[in-house]
Amino acid sequence: MTAVTTGKMTTLINLLTAPLQYEFMVRGMFAAVLVGIVCAVVGTYVVLRGMAFFGDALAHTILPGIALGYLITGGARDVLFWWALGTAIVAALGIGAISKNSQIKEDTSIGVIFAGMFALGIALISTVKSYAVDLSHFLFGDVLSVSTQSLWLIIIFGGLVLLTVFAFYKEFMTLSFDPILAATLRLPVGLLNNLLLTLIAVTVAVSLQTVGVALMVAMLVTPAATAYLLTHRLSTMMFIAVIFASLSGVIGLYLSYYLSIASGAAIVLTATFFFLMTFVGKRVK
Amino acid sequence: MYPHTDHQTNQPILDVKNVNVRYNGRAALEEITFHLHEGERVAVVGPNGAGKSTLFKVVAGVLQPNSGEVNIFGSKPGRHVCIAYIPQRSQVDWSFPVNVADVVMMGRSAKLGPLNFPRKKDRDFVHHALETVDLSDLASRQISQLSGGQQQRMFIARALAQEAELMLMDEPLSGLDTPSQEGILSLLDRLKKENVTVMVATHDLDQAASHFDRIMLLNHHIVAFGNPKDVLHTDNLLKAYGGKLKPVDGQNILNTDDCCDDGEDDHTH
Repeated sequence: MTAVTTGKMTTLINLLTAPLQYEFMVRGMFAAVLVGIVCAVVGTYVVLRGMAFFGDALAHTILPGIALGYLITGGARDVLFWWALGTAIVAALGIGAISKNSQIKEDTSIGVIFAGMFALGIALISTVKSYAVDLSHFLFGDVLSVSTQSLWLIIIFGGLVLLTVFAFYKEFMTLSFDPILAATLRLPVGLLNNLLLTLIAVTVAVSLQTVGVALMVAMLVTPAATAYLLTHRLSTMMFIAVIFASLSGVIGLYLSYYLSIASGAAIVLTATFFFLMTFVGKRVK
Repeated sequence: MYPHTDHQTNQPILDVKNVNVRYNGRAALEEITFHLHEGERVAVVGPNGAGKSTLFKVVAGVLQPNSGEVNIFGSKPGRHVCIAYIPQRSQVDWSFPVNVADVVMMGRSAKLGPLNFPRKKDRDFVHHALETVDLSDLASRQISQLSGGQQQRMFIARALAQEAELMLMDEPLSGLDTPSQEGILSLLDRLKKENVTVMVATHDLDQAASHFDRIMLLNHHIVAFGNPKDVLHTDNLLKAYGGKLKPVDGQNILNTDDCCDDGEDDHTH
Protein backbone atom coordinates (compact mmCIF):
# COMPACT_ATOMS: atom_id res chain seq x y z
CA MET A 1 0.00 0.00 0.00
CA THR A 2 1.19 3.47 -0.75
CA ALA A 3 1.49 6.05 1.93
CA VAL A 4 -1.47 7.94 0.49
CA THR A 5 -3.91 5.00 0.63
CA THR A 6 -2.66 4.07 4.09
CA GLY A 7 -3.34 7.62 5.11
CA LYS A 8 -6.85 7.46 3.62
CA MET A 9 -7.52 4.17 5.40
CA THR A 10 -6.45 5.64 8.71
CA THR A 11 -8.70 8.63 8.17
CA LEU A 12 -11.65 6.37 7.37
CA ILE A 13 -11.02 4.22 10.43
CA ASN A 14 -10.73 7.35 12.52
CA LEU A 15 -14.00 8.64 11.09
CA LEU A 16 -15.74 5.39 11.96
CA THR A 17 -14.25 4.92 15.41
CA ALA A 18 -14.21 8.51 16.64
CA PRO A 19 -17.90 8.57 17.64
CA LEU A 20 -17.56 5.19 19.36
CA GLN A 21 -15.29 6.59 22.08
CA TYR A 22 -18.46 8.00 23.61
CA GLU A 23 -20.46 5.46 25.55
CA PHE A 24 -23.74 7.14 24.68
CA MET A 25 -22.92 6.71 20.98
CA VAL A 26 -22.29 3.00 21.44
CA ARG A 27 -25.50 2.55 23.41
CA GLY A 28 -27.37 4.61 20.82
CA MET A 29 -25.90 2.48 18.03
CA PHE A 30 -27.04 -0.72 19.78
CA ALA A 31 -30.50 0.72 20.40
CA ALA A 32 -30.89 1.91 16.81
CA VAL A 33 -29.91 -1.49 15.39
CA LEU A 34 -32.09 -3.49 17.81
CA VAL A 35 -35.09 -1.24 17.24
CA GLY A 36 -34.46 -1.43 13.52
CA ILE A 37 -34.54 -5.23 13.61
CA VAL A 38 -37.77 -5.43 15.60
CA CYS A 39 -39.49 -2.73 13.50
CA ALA A 40 -38.42 -4.40 10.27
CA VAL A 41 -39.82 -7.80 11.21
CA VAL A 42 -43.12 -6.51 12.59
CA GLY A 43 -43.24 -3.91 9.81
CA THR A 44 -43.31 -6.70 7.25
CA TYR A 45 -46.82 -7.55 8.43
CA VAL A 46 -47.73 -3.86 8.67
CA VAL A 47 -46.82 -3.45 4.98
CA LEU A 48 -48.42 -6.68 3.77
CA ARG A 49 -51.68 -6.07 5.63
CA GLY A 50 -51.90 -2.39 4.67
CA MET A 51 -51.69 -1.23 8.29
CA ALA A 52 -49.37 1.76 7.81
CA PHE A 53 -52.06 4.22 8.85
CA PHE A 54 -52.87 2.09 11.89
CA GLY A 55 -49.19 2.09 12.91
CA ASP A 56 -48.92 5.84 12.50
CA ALA A 57 -52.13 6.41 14.47
CA LEU A 58 -51.08 4.01 17.21
CA ALA A 59 -47.74 5.77 17.69
CA HIS A 60 -49.46 9.16 18.00
CA THR A 61 -52.18 7.82 20.29
CA ILE A 62 -49.72 6.85 23.01
CA LEU A 63 -48.59 10.47 23.54
CA PRO A 64 -51.11 11.22 26.32
CA GLY A 65 -49.94 8.09 28.16
CA ILE A 66 -46.33 9.20 27.94
CA ALA A 67 -47.36 12.72 28.97
CA LEU A 68 -49.18 11.42 32.02
CA GLY A 69 -46.17 9.37 33.06
CA TYR A 70 -43.97 12.39 32.46
CA LEU A 71 -46.13 14.60 34.69
CA ILE A 72 -46.48 12.03 37.46
CA THR A 73 -42.85 10.95 37.61
CA GLY A 74 -41.48 14.45 37.12
CA GLY A 75 -39.69 13.85 33.85
CA ALA A 76 -37.77 10.62 34.55
CA ARG A 77 -37.05 8.94 31.20
CA ASP A 78 -36.55 5.30 32.10
CA VAL A 79 -40.00 4.72 33.58
CA LEU A 80 -41.67 6.26 30.53
CA PHE A 81 -41.18 2.96 28.70
CA TRP A 82 -43.79 1.33 30.93
CA TRP A 83 -46.25 4.17 30.39
CA ALA A 84 -45.68 3.94 26.65
CA LEU A 85 -46.10 0.14 26.70
CA GLY A 86 -49.32 0.24 28.70
CA THR A 87 -50.89 2.97 26.58
CA ALA A 88 -49.79 1.34 23.33
CA ILE A 89 -51.39 -2.02 24.17
CA VAL A 90 -54.65 -0.42 25.35
CA ALA A 91 -54.71 1.84 22.28
CA ALA A 92 -53.92 -1.00 19.84
CA LEU A 93 -56.67 -3.29 21.14
CA GLY A 94 -59.02 -0.29 21.41
CA ILE A 95 -58.44 0.77 17.82
CA GLY A 96 -58.81 -2.89 16.79
CA ALA A 97 -62.21 -3.10 18.50
CA ILE A 98 -63.36 0.23 17.03
CA SER A 99 -62.42 -0.73 13.49
CA LYS A 100 -64.38 -3.98 13.84
CA ASN A 101 -67.58 -2.47 15.24
CA SER A 102 -67.57 1.03 13.79
CA GLN A 103 -70.58 2.58 12.08
CA ILE A 104 -68.35 4.95 10.12
CA LYS A 105 -65.41 3.94 7.94
CA GLU A 106 -62.44 2.44 9.76
CA ASP A 107 -59.83 5.03 8.74
CA THR A 108 -62.15 7.89 9.66
CA SER A 109 -62.77 6.62 13.18
CA ILE A 110 -59.07 5.88 13.66
CA GLY A 111 -58.26 9.39 12.38
CA VAL A 112 -60.67 11.05 14.79
CA ILE A 113 -59.34 9.19 17.82
CA PHE A 114 -55.68 9.50 16.90
CA ALA A 115 -55.76 13.27 16.39
CA GLY A 116 -57.80 13.76 19.56
CA MET A 117 -55.46 11.67 21.70
CA PHE A 118 -52.41 13.35 20.17
CA ALA A 119 -53.84 16.79 21.03
CA LEU A 120 -54.56 15.61 24.56
CA GLY A 121 -50.93 14.51 24.89
CA ILE A 122 -49.61 17.86 23.71
CA ALA A 123 -52.02 19.69 26.02
CA LEU A 124 -50.82 17.66 29.01
CA ILE A 125 -47.13 18.16 28.25
CA SER A 126 -47.62 21.88 27.64
CA THR A 127 -48.64 22.34 31.28
CA VAL A 128 -44.95 21.94 32.13
CA LYS A 129 -42.83 25.07 31.72
CA SER A 130 -39.87 23.56 29.90
CA TYR A 131 -42.02 21.43 27.67
CA ALA A 132 -40.59 22.30 24.26
CA VAL A 133 -37.41 20.21 24.57
CA ASP A 134 -39.09 17.18 26.12
CA LEU A 135 -41.94 17.26 23.65
CA SER A 136 -39.54 17.27 20.74
CA HIS A 137 -37.79 14.22 22.22
CA PHE A 138 -41.09 12.34 22.47
CA LEU A 139 -42.01 13.34 18.95
CA PHE A 140 -38.73 12.77 17.16
CA GLY A 141 -36.74 10.50 19.47
CA ASP A 142 -33.51 10.93 21.37
CA VAL A 143 -31.51 7.78 20.82
CA LEU A 144 -28.33 9.25 22.28
CA SER A 145 -29.94 9.52 25.71
CA VAL A 146 -30.74 5.79 25.88
CA SER A 147 -29.58 4.48 29.26
CA THR A 148 -28.20 1.01 29.93
CA GLN A 149 -31.47 0.17 31.65
CA SER A 150 -33.49 1.29 28.62
CA LEU A 151 -31.23 -0.77 26.41
CA TRP A 152 -32.04 -3.86 28.48
CA LEU A 153 -35.77 -3.16 28.15
CA ILE A 154 -35.33 -2.89 24.38
CA ILE A 155 -33.44 -6.20 24.31
CA ILE A 156 -36.00 -8.05 26.47
CA PHE A 157 -39.20 -6.74 24.89
CA GLY A 158 -37.79 -6.65 21.37
CA GLY A 159 -36.65 -10.24 21.88
CA LEU A 160 -40.13 -11.24 23.03
CA VAL A 161 -41.64 -9.69 19.90
CA LEU A 162 -39.21 -11.53 17.61
CA LEU A 163 -39.77 -14.81 19.44
CA THR A 164 -43.56 -14.48 19.07
CA VAL A 165 -43.33 -13.69 15.36
CA PHE A 166 -41.11 -16.75 14.94
CA ALA A 167 -43.39 -19.03 16.98
CA PHE A 168 -46.54 -18.05 15.06
CA TYR A 169 -44.87 -17.60 11.69
CA LYS A 170 -47.15 -19.96 9.73
CA GLU A 171 -50.29 -18.71 11.51
CA PHE A 172 -49.55 -15.04 10.80
CA MET A 173 -48.63 -15.83 7.20
CA THR A 174 -51.84 -17.82 6.63
CA LEU A 175 -53.99 -15.18 8.33
CA SER A 176 -52.42 -12.32 6.39
CA PHE A 177 -52.64 -14.02 3.00
CA ASP A 178 -56.11 -15.53 3.31
CA PRO A 179 -58.23 -14.79 6.41
CA ILE A 180 -61.00 -17.12 5.22
CA LEU A 181 -58.53 -20.00 4.93
CA ALA A 182 -57.35 -19.26 8.47
CA ALA A 183 -60.99 -19.40 9.60
CA THR A 184 -61.74 -22.68 7.81
CA LEU A 185 -58.59 -24.19 9.29
CA ARG A 186 -60.09 -23.13 12.64
CA LEU A 187 -57.07 -21.07 13.61
CA PRO A 188 -57.98 -18.68 16.45
CA VAL A 189 -58.37 -15.73 14.08
CA GLY A 190 -59.54 -13.15 16.64
CA LEU A 191 -56.80 -14.09 19.08
CA LEU A 192 -54.10 -13.98 16.38
CA ASN A 193 -55.31 -10.57 15.15
CA ASN A 194 -55.14 -9.18 18.65
CA LEU A 195 -51.74 -10.77 19.18
CA LEU A 196 -50.46 -9.03 16.06
CA LEU A 197 -51.89 -5.69 17.25
CA THR A 198 -50.17 -6.25 20.60
CA LEU A 199 -46.87 -7.00 18.86
CA ILE A 200 -47.14 -3.71 16.94
CA ALA A 201 -47.93 -1.95 20.23
CA VAL A 202 -44.87 -3.40 22.00
CA THR A 203 -42.74 -2.47 18.98
CA VAL A 204 -43.99 1.11 19.19
CA ALA A 205 -43.11 1.29 22.89
CA VAL A 206 -39.68 -0.23 22.29
CA SER A 207 -38.94 2.24 19.47
CA LEU A 208 -40.16 5.35 21.26
CA GLN A 209 -36.77 6.62 22.40
CA THR A 210 -35.06 5.89 19.10
CA VAL A 211 -37.33 7.51 16.55
CA GLY A 212 -40.13 9.11 18.54
CA VAL A 213 -43.85 9.16 17.97
CA ALA A 214 -43.94 11.15 14.75
CA LEU A 215 -41.31 9.19 12.84
CA MET A 216 -42.32 5.73 14.10
CA VAL A 217 -44.32 4.78 11.03
CA ALA A 218 -41.21 5.22 8.89
CA MET A 219 -39.32 2.57 10.88
CA LEU A 220 -42.30 0.22 10.64
CA VAL A 221 -42.94 0.70 6.95
CA THR A 222 -39.88 1.91 5.03
CA PRO A 223 -37.38 -0.99 5.47
CA ALA A 224 -40.16 -3.54 4.95
CA ALA A 225 -41.37 -1.71 1.85
CA THR A 226 -37.82 -1.65 0.47
CA ALA A 227 -37.53 -5.40 1.05
CA TYR A 228 -40.95 -5.96 -0.56
CA LEU A 229 -39.53 -4.56 -3.80
CA LEU A 230 -36.67 -7.05 -3.77
CA THR A 231 -38.11 -10.47 -2.97
CA HIS A 232 -41.04 -12.85 -3.40
CA ARG A 233 -40.68 -14.79 -0.14
CA LEU A 234 -41.96 -13.69 3.25
CA SER A 235 -38.96 -14.92 5.25
CA THR A 236 -36.54 -13.32 2.79
CA MET A 237 -38.53 -10.09 2.95
CA MET A 238 -38.10 -10.04 6.74
CA PHE A 239 -34.39 -10.75 6.42
CA ILE A 240 -33.76 -8.01 3.83
CA ALA A 241 -35.86 -5.54 5.84
CA VAL A 242 -33.70 -6.29 8.90
CA ILE A 243 -30.53 -5.58 6.92
CA PHE A 244 -31.85 -2.24 5.61
CA ALA A 245 -33.16 -1.21 9.03
CA SER A 246 -29.88 -2.04 10.82
CA LEU A 247 -27.84 -0.25 8.17
CA SER A 248 -30.14 2.76 8.43
CA GLY A 249 -29.64 2.82 12.21
CA VAL A 250 -25.85 2.74 11.99
CA ILE A 251 -25.42 5.07 9.00
CA GLY A 252 -28.07 7.43 10.38
CA LEU A 253 -26.22 7.79 13.66
CA TYR A 254 -22.91 8.55 11.92
CA LEU A 255 -24.68 11.18 9.82
CA SER A 256 -26.24 12.58 12.95
CA TYR A 257 -22.80 12.78 14.63
CA TYR A 258 -20.92 14.40 11.75
CA LEU A 259 -23.64 16.64 10.35
CA SER A 260 -25.12 17.53 13.75
CA ILE A 261 -28.65 16.62 12.72
CA ALA A 262 -31.36 15.02 14.86
CA SER A 263 -30.67 11.29 15.23
CA GLY A 264 -34.20 10.02 14.59
CA ALA A 265 -34.51 12.11 11.44
CA ALA A 266 -31.09 10.95 10.22
CA ILE A 267 -32.05 7.28 10.65
CA VAL A 268 -35.36 7.73 8.87
CA LEU A 269 -33.76 9.73 6.05
CA THR A 270 -31.22 6.95 5.52
CA ALA A 271 -33.99 4.35 5.36
CA THR A 272 -35.91 6.56 2.93
CA PHE A 273 -32.79 6.94 0.79
CA PHE A 274 -32.46 3.13 0.58
CA PHE A 275 -36.10 2.85 -0.40
CA LEU A 276 -35.81 5.48 -3.15
CA MET A 277 -32.61 3.93 -4.53
CA THR A 278 -34.25 0.50 -4.63
CA PHE A 279 -37.42 1.89 -6.19
CA VAL A 280 -35.52 3.77 -8.90
CA GLY A 281 -33.13 0.84 -9.41
CA LYS A 282 -36.06 -1.48 -10.06
CA ARG A 283 -37.58 1.00 -12.52
CA VAL A 284 -34.36 1.47 -14.49
CA LYS A 285 -33.89 -2.28 -14.76
CA MET B 1 -54.10 -28.24 19.20
CA TYR B 2 -56.56 -26.22 17.18
CA PRO B 3 -60.20 -27.37 17.34
CA HIS B 4 -60.91 -30.62 15.56
CA THR B 5 -63.95 -32.82 15.65
CA ASP B 6 -64.73 -36.41 14.78
CA HIS B 7 -67.03 -37.48 11.96
CA GLN B 8 -70.18 -39.49 12.48
CA THR B 9 -69.96 -41.56 9.33
CA ASN B 10 -73.66 -42.47 9.37
CA GLN B 11 -74.49 -38.76 8.86
CA PRO B 12 -74.38 -36.95 5.49
CA ILE B 13 -71.21 -35.00 4.67
CA LEU B 14 -73.33 -31.85 4.42
CA ASP B 15 -76.81 -31.28 5.80
CA VAL B 16 -78.30 -27.77 5.55
CA LYS B 17 -81.65 -27.05 7.23
CA ASN B 18 -83.77 -23.89 6.93
CA VAL B 19 -80.80 -21.54 6.66
CA ASN B 20 -81.57 -17.81 6.48
CA VAL B 21 -78.97 -15.05 6.12
CA ARG B 22 -79.81 -11.34 6.05
CA TYR B 23 -77.52 -8.41 5.28
CA ASN B 24 -78.77 -5.06 6.53
CA GLY B 25 -82.35 -6.25 6.47
CA ARG B 26 -82.06 -7.66 2.95
CA ALA B 27 -82.40 -11.41 2.53
CA ALA B 28 -79.28 -13.04 1.07
CA LEU B 29 -80.39 -16.61 1.67
CA GLU B 30 -83.93 -17.76 2.40
CA GLU B 31 -84.94 -21.13 3.84
CA ILE B 32 -82.09 -23.10 2.28
CA THR B 33 -82.51 -26.84 2.88
CA PHE B 34 -80.56 -29.62 1.15
CA HIS B 35 -78.03 -32.34 1.79
CA LEU B 36 -75.12 -33.80 -0.16
CA HIS B 37 -73.78 -37.32 -0.59
CA GLU B 38 -70.13 -38.13 -0.26
CA GLY B 39 -68.13 -37.87 -3.48
CA GLU B 40 -70.87 -35.90 -5.21
CA ARG B 41 -70.15 -33.01 -7.57
CA VAL B 42 -72.67 -30.20 -7.38
CA ALA B 43 -72.81 -27.06 -9.50
CA VAL B 44 -74.38 -24.02 -7.85
CA VAL B 45 -75.79 -21.81 -10.59
CA GLY B 46 -77.43 -18.42 -10.25
CA PRO B 47 -77.11 -14.72 -11.15
CA ASN B 48 -74.57 -12.41 -9.51
CA GLY B 49 -75.61 -11.58 -5.98
CA ALA B 50 -77.78 -14.70 -5.75
CA GLY B 51 -76.03 -15.70 -2.52
CA LYS B 52 -73.59 -18.33 -3.83
CA SER B 53 -70.58 -16.97 -1.90
CA THR B 54 -72.75 -16.46 1.17
CA LEU B 55 -73.96 -20.05 1.00
CA PHE B 56 -70.37 -21.33 0.75
CA LYS B 57 -69.27 -19.22 3.72
CA VAL B 58 -72.15 -20.49 5.82
CA VAL B 59 -71.32 -24.09 4.86
CA ALA B 60 -67.64 -23.48 5.65
CA GLY B 61 -68.62 -22.17 9.07
CA VAL B 62 -66.99 -18.76 8.64
CA LEU B 63 -70.35 -16.94 8.50
CA GLN B 64 -73.11 -17.55 11.05
CA PRO B 65 -76.61 -17.78 9.55
CA ASN B 66 -79.37 -15.74 11.20
CA SER B 67 -81.37 -18.91 11.58
CA GLY B 68 -81.24 -22.55 10.56
CA GLU B 69 -78.41 -25.00 10.94
CA VAL B 70 -75.54 -26.60 9.03
CA ASN B 71 -74.13 -30.00 9.93
CA ILE B 72 -71.01 -31.66 8.57
CA PHE B 73 -70.99 -35.39 9.33
CA GLY B 74 -73.45 -34.73 12.12
CA SER B 75 -71.92 -31.69 13.83
CA LYS B 76 -71.58 -27.92 13.35
CA PRO B 77 -68.96 -26.80 10.78
CA GLY B 78 -67.14 -24.55 13.27
CA ARG B 79 -64.78 -27.29 14.47
CA HIS B 80 -64.28 -29.19 11.19
CA VAL B 81 -61.03 -28.79 9.29
CA CYS B 82 -62.21 -30.97 6.40
CA ILE B 83 -63.89 -28.08 4.52
CA ALA B 84 -61.90 -26.07 1.99
CA TYR B 85 -63.19 -22.74 0.69
CA ILE B 86 -61.45 -21.81 -2.54
CA PRO B 87 -61.85 -18.06 -3.07
CA GLN B 88 -62.58 -16.22 -6.31
CA ARG B 89 -59.26 -15.27 -7.86
CA SER B 90 -60.21 -11.58 -7.73
CA GLN B 91 -60.36 -11.82 -3.92
CA VAL B 92 -56.71 -12.84 -3.58
CA ASP B 93 -53.67 -10.59 -3.04
CA TRP B 94 -51.49 -12.04 -5.79
CA SER B 95 -48.55 -9.77 -4.93
CA PHE B 96 -48.18 -11.38 -1.49
CA PRO B 97 -44.58 -12.62 -1.12
CA VAL B 98 -45.17 -16.37 -1.23
CA ASN B 99 -44.46 -19.06 -3.78
CA VAL B 100 -46.72 -21.92 -4.86
CA ALA B 101 -45.34 -24.41 -2.32
CA ASP B 102 -45.77 -21.84 0.50
CA VAL B 103 -49.46 -21.43 -0.32
CA VAL B 104 -50.05 -25.18 -0.50
CA MET B 105 -48.19 -25.62 2.81
CA MET B 106 -50.63 -23.15 4.41
CA GLY B 107 -53.24 -25.90 4.06
CA ARG B 108 -51.23 -27.91 6.61
CA SER B 109 -51.47 -25.20 9.32
CA ALA B 110 -54.41 -26.83 11.11
CA LYS B 111 -53.07 -30.38 11.15
CA LEU B 112 -49.68 -29.08 12.31
CA GLY B 113 -51.10 -27.26 15.32
CA PRO B 114 -49.51 -24.29 17.06
CA LEU B 115 -45.73 -23.94 17.55
CA ASN B 116 -44.95 -26.73 15.09
CA PHE B 117 -42.98 -26.32 11.92
CA PRO B 118 -43.56 -28.42 8.78
CA ARG B 119 -42.09 -31.91 8.97
CA LYS B 120 -41.31 -34.42 6.27
CA LYS B 121 -44.88 -35.74 6.34
CA ASP B 122 -46.20 -32.24 5.60
CA ARG B 123 -43.71 -31.69 2.81
CA ASP B 124 -44.77 -35.04 1.35
CA PHE B 125 -48.41 -33.92 1.42
CA VAL B 126 -47.49 -30.70 -0.40
CA HIS B 127 -45.37 -32.59 -2.92
CA HIS B 128 -48.15 -35.08 -3.60
CA ALA B 129 -50.80 -32.36 -3.86
CA LEU B 130 -48.70 -30.42 -6.38
CA GLU B 131 -48.22 -33.61 -8.39
CA THR B 132 -51.96 -34.26 -8.45
CA VAL B 133 -52.66 -30.83 -9.95
CA ASP B 134 -49.61 -30.94 -12.29
CA LEU B 135 -47.81 -28.00 -10.68
CA SER B 136 -44.68 -29.75 -9.39
CA ASP B 137 -42.49 -27.83 -11.81
CA LEU B 138 -43.79 -24.49 -10.58
CA ALA B 139 -43.46 -25.14 -6.83
CA SER B 140 -41.01 -22.29 -6.29
CA ARG B 141 -42.72 -19.84 -8.65
CA GLN B 142 -44.10 -16.60 -7.17
CA ILE B 143 -47.89 -16.78 -7.26
CA SER B 144 -48.39 -13.67 -9.41
CA GLN B 145 -46.43 -15.35 -12.19
CA LEU B 146 -49.00 -18.13 -12.61
CA SER B 147 -51.72 -18.20 -15.24
CA GLY B 148 -55.34 -18.12 -14.09
CA GLY B 149 -55.74 -21.87 -14.48
CA GLN B 150 -52.51 -22.55 -12.59
CA GLN B 151 -53.62 -20.24 -9.78
CA GLN B 152 -56.87 -22.18 -9.51
CA ARG B 153 -55.05 -25.51 -9.49
CA MET B 154 -52.72 -24.23 -6.78
CA PHE B 155 -55.73 -23.61 -4.54
CA ILE B 156 -57.05 -27.10 -5.26
CA ALA B 157 -53.62 -28.43 -4.25
CA ARG B 158 -53.89 -26.39 -1.04
CA ALA B 159 -57.28 -28.00 -0.35
CA LEU B 160 -55.72 -31.43 -0.95
CA ALA B 161 -52.87 -30.63 1.45
CA GLN B 162 -55.53 -29.63 3.96
CA GLU B 163 -56.98 -33.16 3.49
CA ALA B 164 -60.32 -31.55 2.66
CA GLU B 165 -63.29 -33.83 2.10
CA LEU B 166 -65.64 -31.03 1.05
CA MET B 167 -64.34 -28.42 -1.40
CA LEU B 168 -66.29 -25.23 -2.01
CA MET B 169 -65.05 -23.47 -5.14
CA ASP B 170 -66.22 -19.94 -5.82
CA GLU B 171 -66.34 -19.32 -9.58
CA PRO B 172 -63.22 -21.38 -10.36
CA LEU B 173 -63.90 -21.34 -14.11
CA SER B 174 -64.71 -17.69 -14.73
CA GLY B 175 -62.05 -15.72 -16.56
CA LEU B 176 -60.23 -18.87 -17.72
CA ASP B 177 -59.67 -19.88 -21.34
CA THR B 178 -61.23 -23.13 -22.54
CA PRO B 179 -58.15 -25.39 -22.13
CA SER B 180 -57.67 -24.13 -18.55
CA GLN B 181 -61.35 -24.75 -17.82
CA GLU B 182 -61.02 -28.27 -19.22
CA GLY B 183 -57.97 -28.79 -16.98
CA ILE B 184 -59.94 -27.83 -13.87
CA LEU B 185 -62.93 -29.95 -14.87
CA SER B 186 -60.81 -33.06 -15.50
CA LEU B 187 -59.16 -32.42 -12.13
CA LEU B 188 -62.65 -32.51 -10.57
CA ASP B 189 -63.15 -35.94 -12.17
CA ARG B 190 -59.95 -37.12 -10.50
CA LEU B 191 -61.14 -35.75 -7.15
CA LYS B 192 -64.32 -37.80 -7.45
CA LYS B 193 -62.18 -40.95 -7.50
CA GLU B 194 -60.66 -39.84 -4.18
CA ASN B 195 -64.19 -39.43 -2.81
CA VAL B 196 -63.89 -35.65 -2.40
CA THR B 197 -67.25 -33.88 -2.41
CA VAL B 198 -67.26 -30.72 -4.49
CA MET B 199 -69.56 -27.70 -4.71
CA VAL B 200 -68.72 -25.32 -7.54
CA ALA B 201 -70.29 -21.92 -8.15
CA THR B 202 -70.50 -21.29 -11.86
CA HIS B 203 -72.24 -19.27 -14.54
CA ASP B 204 -71.82 -21.78 -17.32
CA LEU B 205 -74.97 -23.87 -17.73
CA ASP B 206 -73.44 -26.14 -20.39
CA GLN B 207 -70.53 -27.11 -18.17
CA ALA B 208 -72.82 -27.47 -15.19
CA ALA B 209 -74.96 -29.89 -17.19
CA SER B 210 -72.10 -31.95 -18.58
CA HIS B 211 -69.68 -32.24 -15.66
CA PHE B 212 -71.75 -32.32 -12.47
CA ASP B 213 -73.95 -34.91 -10.79
CA ARG B 214 -76.50 -32.38 -9.59
CA ILE B 215 -77.27 -28.73 -10.21
CA MET B 216 -78.57 -26.28 -7.65
CA LEU B 217 -80.33 -23.25 -9.13
CA LEU B 218 -79.97 -20.49 -6.55
CA ASN B 219 -81.47 -17.04 -6.35
CA HIS B 220 -81.55 -16.29 -2.60
CA HIS B 221 -83.69 -19.43 -2.28
CA ILE B 222 -83.28 -22.79 -3.99
CA VAL B 223 -85.22 -22.58 -7.25
CA ALA B 224 -84.47 -26.18 -8.17
CA PHE B 225 -82.00 -28.88 -7.13
CA GLY B 226 -81.55 -32.19 -8.90
CA ASN B 227 -80.21 -33.95 -11.99
CA PRO B 228 -79.18 -31.57 -14.76
CA LYS B 229 -81.92 -32.72 -17.12
CA ASP B 230 -84.60 -32.21 -14.47
CA VAL B 231 -83.33 -28.82 -13.36
CA LEU B 232 -82.43 -27.02 -16.57
CA HIS B 233 -85.93 -26.16 -17.76
CA THR B 234 -86.96 -22.80 -19.10
CA ASP B 235 -89.40 -22.27 -16.23
CA ASN B 236 -86.70 -22.84 -13.64
CA LEU B 237 -84.16 -20.69 -15.46
CA LEU B 238 -86.65 -17.88 -15.78
CA LYS B 239 -87.34 -18.15 -12.08
CA ALA B 240 -83.63 -18.03 -11.26
CA TYR B 241 -82.49 -15.46 -13.82
CA GLY B 242 -85.55 -13.68 -15.18
CA GLY B 243 -86.58 -10.19 -14.11
CA LYS B 244 -89.35 -10.24 -11.56
CA LEU B 245 -91.01 -8.09 -8.97
CA LYS B 246 -90.13 -9.21 -5.49
CA PRO B 247 -91.27 -7.62 -2.23
CA VAL B 248 -88.44 -6.92 0.20
CA ASP B 249 -89.35 -5.42 3.57
CA GLY B 250 -92.64 -4.13 2.28
CA GLN B 251 -91.09 -2.26 -0.63
CA ASN B 252 -91.21 -3.36 -4.22
CA ILE B 253 -87.73 -3.74 -5.58
CA LEU B 254 -87.17 -4.67 -9.17
CA ASN B 255 -84.89 -7.68 -9.07
CA THR B 256 -83.44 -8.18 -12.53
CA ASP B 257 -80.82 -10.67 -13.59
CA ASP B 258 -77.12 -9.86 -13.06
CA CYS B 259 -77.96 -6.94 -10.83
CA CYS B 260 -74.33 -6.97 -9.67
CA ASP B 261 -75.03 -5.93 -6.08
CA ASP B 262 -72.55 -8.50 -4.92
CA GLY B 263 -72.14 -6.81 -1.55
CA GLU B 264 -72.12 -10.12 0.26
CA ASP B 265 -68.40 -10.23 0.92
CA ASP B 266 -68.25 -6.93 2.78
CA HIS B 267 -70.42 -7.81 5.74
CA THR B 268 -69.09 -10.76 7.65
CA HIS B 269 -70.81 -10.27 10.97
